Amino acid sequence: MFIDAGNPDELNYTESEALMSKGRYGIHGGQYIPESLMNEVNKLEEAYEFYKNDEDFINELNNLSREYAGRPSLLYYAEKMTKDLGGAKIYFKREDLNHTGSHKINNVLGQALLAKKMGKTRIIAETGAGQHGVATATAAALLGLECEIFMGKEDTIRQALNVYRMELLGAKVHAVESGTMTLKDAVNECMGEWARRTEDTLYVLGSVMGPHPFPMIVRDFQSVISREARAQILEKEGKLPDVVMACVGGGSNAMGMFYEFIKDEDVKLIGCEAAGKGIDTTETAATVNTGSLGIFHGMKSYFCQDEYGQIAPVYSISAGLDYPGVGPEHANLYDSGRASYVPVTDDEAVNAFEYIARTEGIIAAIESSHAVAHLMKIAPTMDKDQIIICCLSGRGDKDVAAIARYRGVDLHE
Amino acid sequence: MSRVKEALVGKKSFIGFLTAGDPCIEKTEDFIVEIANAGAAVVEIGIPFSDPIAEGPVVQEANVRALSAPGGCTTDMVFDMVAKASKRVDVPLVLLTYLNPVYKYGYDRFCAKCKETGVDAIIIPDLSYEEKGELVEEAKKYDIDIISLISTNSGDRIKMIAEDSTGYIYILPSAEHVAEGEISSKLVETVARIRKITDTPVVIEFGANTPEQIARYSDIADGIIIETRIVKLIEKYGNDAGSHIYDYVKKMVDSI
Repeated sequence: MFIDAGNPDELNYTESEALMSKGRYGIHGGQYIPESLMNEVNKLEEAYEFYKNDEDFINELNNLSREYAGRPSLLYYAEKMTKDLGGAKIYFKREDLNHTGSHKINNVLGQALLAKKMGKTRIIAETGAGQHGVATATAAALLGLECEIFMGKEDTIRQALNVYRMELLGAKVHAVESGTMTLKDAVNECMGEWARRTEDTLYVLGSVMGPHPFPMIVRDFQSVISREARAQILEKEGKLPDVVMACVGGGSNAMGMFYEFIKDEDVKLIGCEAAGKGIDTTETAATVNTGSLGIFHGMKSYFCQDEYGQIAPVYSISAGLDYPGVGPEHANLYDSGRASYVPVTDDEAVNAFEYIARTEGIIAAIESSHAVAHLMKIAPTMDKDQIIICCLSGRGDKDVAAIARYRGVDLHE
Repeated sequence: MSRVKEALVGKKSFIGFLTAGDPCIEKTEDFIVEIANAGAAVVEIGIPFSDPIAEGPVVQEANVRALSAPGGCTTDMVFDMVAKASKRVDVPLVLLTYLNPVYKYGYDRFCAKCKETGVDAIIIPDLSYEEKGELVEEAKKYDIDIISLISTNSGDRIKMIAEDSTGYIYILPSAEHVAEGEISSKLVETVARIRKITDTPVVIEFGANTPEQIARYSDIADGIIIETRIVKLIEKYGNDAGSHIYDYVKKMVDSI
């Protein structure tokens, strides 16, 4: 069988692994889904394989990215932070400046356009923090598609403003009340809904997870981040960065930020996971650091789970990183040692949220602030001629009220 | 011929389903005996899972009740219970579980435990035909059937799945043949396509609940299964559901 993994050269397949199904990244990935969805993922794969080489599709998507989403995004030199931290030169890839305020739009425009080409009239999506939901609702409004968003009830409370935003954009938002009422439950409901209604509907998955071809499609649409960043840094500095870093929940902004640098072996790749109250507590969402191998949501990867394979309730202050799994390509980058994954606590992320606001005048998403927090740790340990690129995956307006509450300020939206 | 296939081939059967550990694991054993005594040909036992993505709300809630019961409901507790139940009934017992609990337990260890406790087959809703290879090899060693799943939208996939089928073929419910309780032409066509390829018995899951509807479905299938009805009785009557389950299954068996 044919294997589609990002960089076959990077991976060491054993013979038995090579016999495995499609969409493998080392031992991870695959298509572990109910039979009722198999034809749909196959159709999606077929359509994607065709349109990704179709000139009209590429032009249309590039045009939308440029004229509507505002790409390319800036690679911003954070001079004040660089001076203040006193080590490596710090650059931020400003995905927070995209239309809808995060990197999610990169993938959504691609998938929504694909849905249209496939003759679908309705798109559905899960959302955690609401960023992917807002992006999906936006693309649906623009492209004239019906849109329904599944969001854990807990998250609809944490991110009430984004719920209203999606409704303004014409989407119907379902508050999911099963399980832990967060992102994983929203994915469950969304998969169920897709299985029930495939004819006119495409599931626009928001991260580099789920069954093949989703991890590949989402990574491809997000890889624009590193394609731009690599060219931008070469232009500005004439050399590659020493460290490229991003926050990781499911891992879409990190995969997009890493992808074009994977082949540059001297570039260190760091994913920052949400440790919640700490990886030595049960209130954490640091999958790579605390999880174990499992099969869930269509893929083999690392998951937070108990000894019997029950998926564990996870916790993070960030609704966007509050997911018990991680994309299969990240799991493989971890296995191969190509990327490392570090835990960052709520407290560290909130401190970083406040620090970057104060120092650079940027209110970054609490998700992205996890990466900023780790950057604050490593930058001072590096030399002045070294370079870090950190992905600011989204803007933090949505988080202001929650951060205020975290600091004991009674502020409600 | 496997015990499961033998139990279903050449007749019309009713298959019972319940979620293990709801309301408690001791009662599950008794309920299995009631289902078998009332005339069900096979009993399917669900291992409760944190994220039963392919289930509707009724079975989802049963999973939550089982996992949050005092002491919870672990895979080992289900095996211990099945070991006792299988000594009290003659019908084949089938475990329905999601893949992660099986993977985490270890494929070989799980299949060995099935053999040891008297489980004849396993149904895994999130195990696609494409991925079943890694488990099937282990299951074969212990004569455990991995039940094949087909959906009314499987289309051209029916051929390869049916050719490879063991135990029975489980036709998954789809919105159209569950909602109205009427037999859709797509369902009839799906069964006909399967019949052309294999003599593996065909079991249909659906949401109908009157004896008349049961009779209509059993015309085209070898076995029928209504996942929610017994679970609903357990939800309603708790520890005292035994006689209600017996009466319900008896009525269904008689109307086939």
